Amino acid sequence: MGTRPRIMGQALRGDAAIAGQYGTYLQFIKGLMMSSTFDRVATIIAETCDIPRDTITPESHAIDDLGIDSLDFLDIAFAIDKAFGIKLPLEKWTQEVNDGKATTEQYFVLKNLSARIDELVAAKDA
Amino acid sequence: MDLAYFQLIDRITDLNIGEKTIAVEAQVPQQNTIFEGHFPGYPLMPGVLLIESMAQTSGWLLIALMKFERMPFLAAVKEAKMRTFVTPGELLNIEASIVHEGSGYAITQAKVSVGGKLRCNATITFGIASFPNADLRGHMEVMAKRIGFPQQVIAHG
Repeated sequence: MGTRPRIMGQALRGDAAIAGQYGTYLQFIKGLMMSSTFDRVATIIAETCDIPRDTITPESHAIDDLGIDSLDFLDIAFAIDKAFGIKLPLEKWTQEVNDGKATTEQYFVLKNLSARIDELVAAKDA
Repeated sequence: MDLAYFQLIDRITDLNIGEKTIAVEAQVPQQNTIFEGHFPGYPLMPGVLLIESMAQTSGWLLIALMKFERMPFLAAVKEAKMRTFVTPGELLNIEASIVHEGSGYAITQAKVSVGGKLRCNATITFGIASFPNADLRGHMEVMAKRIGFPQQVIAHG
């Protein structure tokens, strides 16, 4: 009997630790997924547009920072469509930007573009 | 083939909407001022015109797939290979198929053959846009009838 509280105590501490680790693990996985998408997009941009990979960051704006024009972006869109099995809704995004309903940052800052890709992949797999 | 008007396609011989493929014929004229300069004493169909013929073939396929509601415009040419000379009087068989249909753009593969032998091929990117005006759409409809474009595609467009 004397040992029981200790075991429970250990178990509770263990559960708390596991719960804490689990939360961290989820964040880690989420981060990995995000960075994985970003890494793939950055690699595509680097290879398609001959831009040094180390200059491409999640905060980079494809147009304003990386200087990618609309024709080069078609190559990127094709590579992304192919790599992720999706169809980037470029026309819808362009319309939203032209109508003032969205900013280019929402779609062309790479961390945001990566998040949009993740959403499209999730919608496809749903 | 009417080189002066840049109308390079004579007739559609096969258009398969399901398979997303097209085949056309284009007769290279025996005589044309182009051949007097390209080249004197050695007339050859210019490579850029062969690329244009592949682009026009691809374009008709895309117009058909979009039910004549929108129009493709040439945006990029990749992997264009001029494998063997094309000379005056030859009958070109041009085929195109879809590589990718994106949002606002499309990519095709096209090839030109003569007598079953491959002469040139290319991968071509198009931007897709609305017909810029009614005149152009009307002109394209006239062109479509001339080359045997399936009229039901226009009617239902």
